[in-house]
Amino acid sequence: MSSQHARKERIDRGIKVRSDGLYALMSLRELSYLTLPRFILIAGMMLLPVLMPDMYWQRVISIVCIYTILAISFDFLAHYVGLVSLGGAFFIGTGGYTAGILNTYFGLPPILTVPLAAIIGGLICTLMLLPCLPLKGVYFAIITLMYPLFMARIIEAFDIFGGTDGLIGIDNFSSAFVEQYLVVAMVLMFLSGIRRFVTTDMGLIFTAIMDNDQAVKASGINIAKYKALAVFIASAMGCMAGACLTHIYMWTGISQFALDFSILPIAATVIGGSGTLIGPLLGCLILVPVSELLRDFGTLRIVFYASILVGFILFRSDGIMVFGQRKYEQFERWTKI
Amino acid sequence: MTQPADQTKTKPILRMKNLNKRFGGVQALKDVSFDVFPGDVLGIIGPNGSGKTTIVNSITGFIKPTSGKVYFKDKDITGKPPHKVADMGITRTFQIMRPYYSLPAYKNLVIPLFSPRAKRTGGWRGGGNLGNRQTIAIDILEEIGFERDSYIPFKKTSTLPTGYLKRLELARCLALKPEIIICDEIFSGLSMSEIASMVPLIERLQDEGITIVMIEHRLRELFQVANRVMVLNFGEKLIEGTPDLVMADEKVKAAYFGSKEVEEVMTYA
Repeated sequence: MSSQHARKERIDRGIKVRSDGLYALMSLRELSYLTLPRFILIAGMMLLPVLMPDMYWQRVISIVCIYTILAISFDFLAHYVGLVSLGGAFFIGTGGYTAGILNTYFGLPPILTVPLAAIIGGLICTLMLLPCLPLKGVYFAIITLMYPLFMARIIEAFDIFGGTDGLIGIDNFSSAFVEQYLVVAMVLMFLSGIRRFVTTDMGLIFTAIMDNDQAVKASGINIAKYKALAVFIASAMGCMAGACLTHIYMWTGISQFALDFSILPIAATVIGGSGTLIGPLLGCLILVPVSELLRDFGTLRIVFYASILVGFILFRSDGIMVFGQRKYEQFERWTKI
Repeated sequence: MTQPADQTKTKPILRMKNLNKRFGGVQALKDVSFDVFPGDVLGIIGPNGSGKTTIVNSITGFIKPTSGKVYFKDKDITGKPPHKVADMGITRTFQIMRPYYSLPAYKNLVIPLFSPRAKRTGGWRGGGNLGNRQTIAIDILEEIGFERDSYIPFKKTSTLPTGYLKRLELARCLALKPEIIICDEIFSGLSMSEIASMVPLIERLQDEGITIVMIEHRLRELFQVANRVMVLNFGEKLIEGTPDLVMADEKVKAAYFGSKEVEEVMTYA
């Protein structure tokens, strides 16, 4: 039907109202509106490594999870704190090197290096980013983009921590099962944790800083402190992912400061739906396997990659998740005028 | 209007001494000194660009004065960062409202209620227990004129009309249990009926013992609530006194309407 005689009507299914708070307990159907999507997510993530045909694709799933953690940290900083970070590579590299150093020089097992890398790496990243926190605008993005280059060149020039060869012979996770499910569990944990955190009173402060930092200052709150806390949370997540990457590959090197770790999470967030936190996961689940499939094309895969991104920005700039959520909560139909 | 504070006996709560501010070649404030006494409603008026907002920004720490001092209860607060000034109990509203547009109205107040000062004082009405900030927020909104049991406190801030946003600005100050509220043009952009309902609110806050400094262009309403008025022109203090005294002053008339000669020309033109 042409738009002259009909118009699209959008009708709410009432899912949001019926599954809100106590109302969800009214019947199994209401309950399932609330729990089913979450169940599918958790069960799906748990099953993914089992469903993969071989070692190679199981490894791809781990990489998906590592990129997802980075993308969640980007989404959190950009859409809940208002800091656009290009620092994925900075976080991965710092975390990766911290874990590598702790393992090779101090002999700590992976079970200790991963959480320690999160805390130590998070502190290093936060301290280094502290000077640009009082500034608004593009400075944070630029500084986070420069630091990975800076770190890689320092390691190269001074030939520290293995120089260009990196640190080799780092301990593996104790079993393939741990390697698989540690990253999956981390994704689920960060996803639910951050989703909950942003709705708490402290999480609201971050949103307020994004909306209007002057008003937060006028409310007697030190915004630099809260920005530093947000950066610490995001960078600790990234560093933890970096530590896992190091132990999965049993190697850490300056290629962990590569820009891929900064760019892909942002692309995944755009495709998946920014500000949804679950969108970055969807985006990574699409982008990382696609880029693996296109490996045969060599450098040409960047072209495919870029085309997907441009397509999404042009036609679905709100991302898959926002679109999907709307379809879930509302239905559309044509009505005669 | 309540009686002006007896200025010979009480000590000033806020004191400005020879405040100067330069923005490049522009002298925004020139040796401005004045005192605010506890319980005062001080009006600051002046033509556009006379430095009214610069005074607010200098007191609250949003800009640093080039020279001069600001004292709060005999304590030097010149150049302290905004959050420290607010923490002492000097709060301000913004001329261009600064709510958190992506949050519902009541969640706007969770932010000041989360501040260290609110934790110490327990919010506007005290009580100490800040366990549920969102409920306290709704209580404050109700007192400030958001209709009880309506959906308005829950609406997204970006959809609220100006009148509510101005009240929200005031509510943000009140959530900190302030000692001084500095209102930067709280009446501007409001309809006559909205202003009429705002005036009693200001009077009530004054009765509660909150000292109020008002920057204003709406002189009629300002003179209703203010017990002292200061006039600024080109960054200089022209006169300070009771509303009647200020109204009668020739210099004020000249600053606002042009000099007498100009007025005559205008009348005969």
